[in-house]
Amino acid sequence: MPERIDPLRRLGRGMVNGVWRLGFASRFLFAILMFSGASFRRLHLTLREVFVSGVLSLLIILVSGLFVGLVLGLQGYETLQRYGSTEALGVLVALSLTRELGPVVAALLFASRAGSSVTAEIGLMKATEQLKAMDMMAVNPIARVVAPRFWGGVISMPLLAALFSAMGVLGGWLIGVVFIGVDDGAFWSQMQASVDFRYDVWNGVVKSFVFGVAVSLIAVFEGYDSVPTAEGVSRAITRTVVTSALAILALDFVLTSFMFRGTS
Amino acid sequence: MNRSVVDLWVGIFVAIGIAALLFLALKVGNLSTAHLSESYVLTAKFDNIGGLKVRGPVKSAGVVVGRIDDIQFDSKTYEAVVTLKIDQRYRFPKDTFASVYTSGLLGEQYVGLDAGGDEKMLNAGDAIAKTQSAVVLEKMISQFLFNKAAEGQEKQ
Repeated sequence: MPERIDPLRRLGRGMVNGVWRLGFASRFLFAILMFSGASFRRLHLTLREVFVSGVLSLLIILVSGLFVGLVLGLQGYETLQRYGSTEALGVLVALSLTRELGPVVAALLFASRAGSSVTAEIGLMKATEQLKAMDMMAVNPIARVVAPRFWGGVISMPLLAALFSAMGVLGGWLIGVVFIGVDDGAFWSQMQASVDFRYDVWNGVVKSFVFGVAVSLIAVFEGYDSVPTAEGVSRAITRTVVTSALAILALDFVLTSFMFRGTS
Repeated sequence: MNRSVVDLWVGIFVAIGIAALLFLALKVGNLSTAHLSESYVLTAKFDNIGGLKVRGPVKSAGVVVGRIDDIQFDSKTYEAVVTLKIDQRYRFPKDTFASVYTSGLLGEQYVGLDAGGDEKMLNAGDAIAKTQSAVVLEKMISQFLFNKAAEGQEKQ
């Protein structure tokens, strides 16, 4: 009899555990916001995290953006030339980057490049009982360790996404105009005619901000909640990357359906 | 890592991030060209607007002079009421003609304003009296076929 009940019991335990973690994550976010005054009063703490998660991610973001733009340019040209409208290549590249690919791909790269390292750092601090030691010295670990890392990620993400989109547009321009020979004026003017600042570019920035909050929260939470052993920390890092990717894609769907609902 | 070096790098990072955002806004987007902060509203009633969309362009002599702000259906007159946001710099006479055109064969539809010769100008909130509906391709084809059939019958 126990063997038959066992899967059911595990399912129940998993569900309860999931809800418990969701509640803890919400409380954790509230605590971060409560104690984030210190991360702005002592700005160098946050600046250091912007450096670690933002500046050190620059290379991968710029190179990936360039290559995504190059591929978009090639594939877009391939399809558009069948309809004799290769001048619309700029529109295709710019809209797909500013609306979707820029925020989403930059956030996915950010989660695996910076989110995982934040989780590892906090998880290891927990495993070596540094967080407890801080608590003993009346230093709030959330204010000193967690909040600066959270805000560092939130600040870096929109900037990285904008850089990704800009590099992508340059990549599309490189392939389309320089190598294939689409008309330079038509490329830019058609792009400017159809890309709206508030509707397309700004919504992309809002998206990347939301992704930044989600990825940073998941990263610091998984680190803080990790089982303080070597295996537990490695599992927490894996969960950060997986959960962030799922959260980014799900949030992207929700945001897109709010922002771009069938108009124009 | 020295703190001042970190500050420098963060400064460079933020600067090029904002530069990328400006590039997207000015070079990729239309913040520099279609800046419609100062605008006034006109309305026009059409029998049929075809595939006109909100945020579509309003053009006069081929130049974008505004955007379509809103499209409503008037259930009293059974007409489409289109609200146009026109750039403050451009004024049009009272007898301006508004029509729904299509750019190219498969392009987007827009509202074209053809200025009349009236001395008085349209003011904010005014309605454009003279409008022309969108050309519905199916209607044109069916008319054409109908005429052809009628011609054929006359010959026999």
